[in-house]
Formats: sequence, structure tokens, C-alpha cells
Amino acid sequence: MNNIYLDHASTTYVDKRVFNKMLPFFSHFFGNPSSLHLAGRITKQAIDKARADIAKILGAKKEEVVFTGSGTESDNLAIIGAALANTKSGKHIIVSKIEHKAVLEAAKKLEKHGFKITYLNVDNSGLVKLSDLKRKLRRDTILVSVQYANNEIGTIQQISEISEIIKKFRKDRQSPLFHTDACQAAGVLTLDVNKLGVDLLTFNGSKIYGPKGVGCLYVRRGTKLEPQIVGGGQEMGLRSGTENVPLIVGLSEALKLAEETKQQENKRQIQLRDYFIKKVLKSIKDVNLNGHSQKRLPNNINISVKGVEGESLLLMLDKYGIYCSTGSACSSTDLTISHVLAAIGLFPELAQGSIRLTLGRDTDKKKMDYVLKILPIVIDKLRKISSVK
Amino acid sequence: MDDNNNNNISSSDICDGDSWVYSEIVKEHFFNPQNLLADENGYEADGFGTTGSPACGDMMSMWIKVDKTTNKIKECKWRTFGCASAIASTSMLSVMVTENGGMDLERASRINPEQIIERLGGLPDRKFHCSVLGHLALAEAINDYLSKRKNAGK
Repeated sequence: MNNIYLDHASTTYVDKRVFNKMLPFFSHFFGNPSSLHLAGRITKQAIDKARADIAKILGAKKEEVVFTGSGTESDNLAIIGAALANTKSGKHIIVSKIEHKAVLEAAKKLEKHGFKITYLNVDNSGLVKLSDLKRKLRRDTILVSVQYANNEIGTIQQISEISEIIKKFRKDRQSPLFHTDACQAAGVLTLDVNKLGVDLLTFNGSKIYGPKGVGCLYVRRGTKLEPQIVGGGQEMGLRSGTENVPLIVGLSEALKLAEETKQQENKRQIQLRDYFIKKVLKSIKDVNLNGHSQKRLPNNINISVKGVEGESLLLMLDKYGIYCSTGSACSSTDLTISHVLAAIGLFPELAQGSIRLTLGRDTDKKKMDYVLKILPIVIDKLRKISSVK
Repeated sequence: MDDNNNNNISSSDICDGDSWVYSEIVKEHFFNPQNLLADENGYEADGFGTTGSPACGDMMSMWIKVDKTTNKIKECKWRTFGCASAIASTSMLSVMVTENGGMDLERASRINPEQIIERLGGLPDRKFHCSVLGHLALAEAINDYLSKRKNAGK
């Protein structure tokens, strides 16, 4: 067997139906949506429809949906944009320790410009401690950002509970704002912004069988944001640049399709995920599961293998046509172990031996059975090489 | 991957063998490590050394046998916890000190990472300092051998 792609949390393929929806907007309907002639009006209408379709899924108004160039850009606009626009209310920001780097690095950047950042602890399953949040909210807190579901260990946060705490704290004020990075949750969990109680919500195309290079930021009406890309004033003045029509159309179509099938698909993936986890923990000794056993994305498997280093494991699996990712230091650009695995208190040597397998729509039991066959062989080989017993 | 989307393009049309993160030599030593110590039970080494820690991501252990008359390394066995380049570099080092009838201890204790990396056909820049630690384990094994011999001579 070959090409068993188990890295859907990194990115997904583009669904053929999404691809077909995008196609006419490359060379046939190519007008600039800002142009008043028919060629422009056609693409303007296509964007408007995409925006309306997404707004419906979010339970939002059309004008609250802003298209960007990626999930990272949406996160940046939410964090930096909200911080810069709300300094009158304060300069304190709270983020969790297990946010995506797009949020953490944005916060770090703000720190250099005089903002104070507080990092929320998580428990050993990756859940933000609500009591910790309550303690850390201050009168000058202008923004709280907590990821909806974690990209590495799949832990799903209690977003509605967090927004309730923030609302209670606010009383009649507008501050602090609440942002959630929903890149891993989109197409899987509810994106209803009112149920979630968020002011800002990020998601993108590349995790939901849509195109890369397009993101979305939900901005609740009345939320002040300082645009990070300025120019022609597109996207309600929040993100200038000629709209990338095919990608926007693709993002909207991808989210719609995911919404239609998510219940069934979640159920299928959870079954497959739990089947695999159970088998792996039983058949290979000294392997443990990272993350939460229930509050977990349906497609996420993250395990640590004692005595084996993650990059070696990844490359050995790659040889067998199995594609996964790792939180080990060796595989990262800054040579430090995953900040997420560190935050949940995993022993460094176990974090070094972590791999993440994320299922997708085309992952079936046959493929996972093949992985169950190969994984012990590969682990055994590396344990024989290893100096750690 | 979506098999319906393949449009008859083969991955080899876009991505050739050179795209692998490491050189062919590293790849060869990673998948087929040389001089690995399969079982330390009953293996009587003249010298043993270890370096690194699993928490840091790399740990190497090395066992050597020395020809007492010529002072050359007869056998160099090892085990490594670490990434592909850590495994390959230890494997390469073991080859370097045992080839051509074995390297004398003096020269072997002076081997540096650059020499190992050169024999591996290079390593990615960020792997230079962290993954090539085998020479430290080897130096320790040589010291272990020398101090044992000194003590035996007393």
C-alpha cells in the first residue's frame, strides 16, 4: 500500500467539487470585483454569495465576514488589529499557552510594542483552566484569544464557557474582546458565533478540503480593528487588495460541503480514531496517547513512543508510504520541542518521540490496519538502534 | 490523497529523489545502519562512552575494541536515540574508525564533526551542532579504555 496521507491537520486536498466551482473564476470570470462594468459585477456577485453563504453558517451578518489570505493572516489581523485599535481600553492581552504560532508570534510582536501578554496554563489534557482565566482577567484586558481546537493534540476547548466568563467580567463594557482560532474546528464543530459567544473567529480553506491561500475572519459588528494591509479599502476597509475570487468561492463551497456531511463524517472518524488508538496502545508497549480522550477532534491521534525520536519515526514511516508529522525538536526549525507538548507537561523525552496522525475523508479502516501493521515494525527497528531502553 | 484528483501526474514528475531532507549517504546509513550493537549482553568492550540525553533529543552510546599491540580500533559498536542525521552520523563515524584496518586511538580521538559531516555528503545547517555528537561518545570510550589499561598496569 502506498500514499497513506495521515496529515490532514497540516492540510487537506482540494475536494473535486470545490475545485470545479473555482475553475471558471480563473480565466473566464476574471474581472476585478471593484470594477463597475459587467465583468466586475459578475465577480462581485460571486464574492457576495460566498460571503452570504459563510455568514449563514456562522449565524452572522454578511458584513461581519472578512476574507483574508490565510488562517495566519486572520489570526494576525484579529490579535494585532484588535490590540492596536483598542489601546484606549488598555494594553493587556490573554492567550493560551497552546495557541497556534500565528497567535503566539502576533502576541510576541505586540509585547515588543508595550503590550502585556498573559499566557493561560492548560491541564495535562490540554484544556484551558477556567479558574486560571478568571484570575487573570484585568480591567485593562482588551483581548482574550483561545484556540477552538488544538492542531497538535486535538483538544477541544470549552469556548462557550470561556465566553460566558468574559461576558460576566465585562458587565456593560465592550472590553475585553474574545477571539478564537477555529482553523481545526471548521467543518467539524459548530461555528455558530452566537452560541460560541465570540467577537472574532478565524478559519481557513486549507484544512477543510478547500484551497490554500485564503482565510476568513469573522468580526462582530462594532468590533474595532486596525487593518494590517491597507490600500484600496476592500473587505470593509479591513483587508485591502484585489479579492482572490476563485479562492474565496472555493473557501465558501468547501465550508458548505463540510457542514453538510460533518455529523456523519465525525461519527465515522471518531470510530476509526478510537479503534486505532485502542489497538496501538494494546499492541505496542510504552506508547501513550497525548491530549484528551473525549474532548478531542475526531481526526486527531497523537502518541508518544518511548525510546524513539519522532523525526526518525516519521522518515521510517515515509519510506512505507505513510505520511504523518511530529512534535520533536529535531523536526522543528527552531530545534525546540513542541510548545503544546511542553505546556501539557509531557516529559521532554516523550515529546521527542511524539507523532501525530490525522485522519481525513479518504482514510478508511483498511489504511489504518496497514498502519497498525507497519508501525510496530518501524518502532521495533528504531528501538533496536536506540540507546534509550 | 484524493485519487480522483490526480490528473495522471506522477509525484516523480515534480519531486525527485534529491528532495529528501538528507543526502543519499545519510539516507543509506539511516535505513541500513552499520556496526550497530544488537545485544550488549555478552559483548565485552575494551572501552565504553555515552553522550547526550533523550530530553535533548540525542543520545549516543559507543563500545570499542582495541588492538593492544597496534593501538588501533578493531571494532566500534554503537546505539543512538535521535533523528535520522544523529543515527547516520554515528553509523558513519563507526565506519571511519574501523575501515582500512582500523584507526589509531590518537587520530580517532581527534575526529571532529566536520569530518563526519563531509563523509556524509553534508547535513542541513540546523543539524550541524545538535546531531553530530558521536565523536564525544567515542572520545569517552577511548578515555575509558586508556584509564582501564592504566589501572591494569598499576
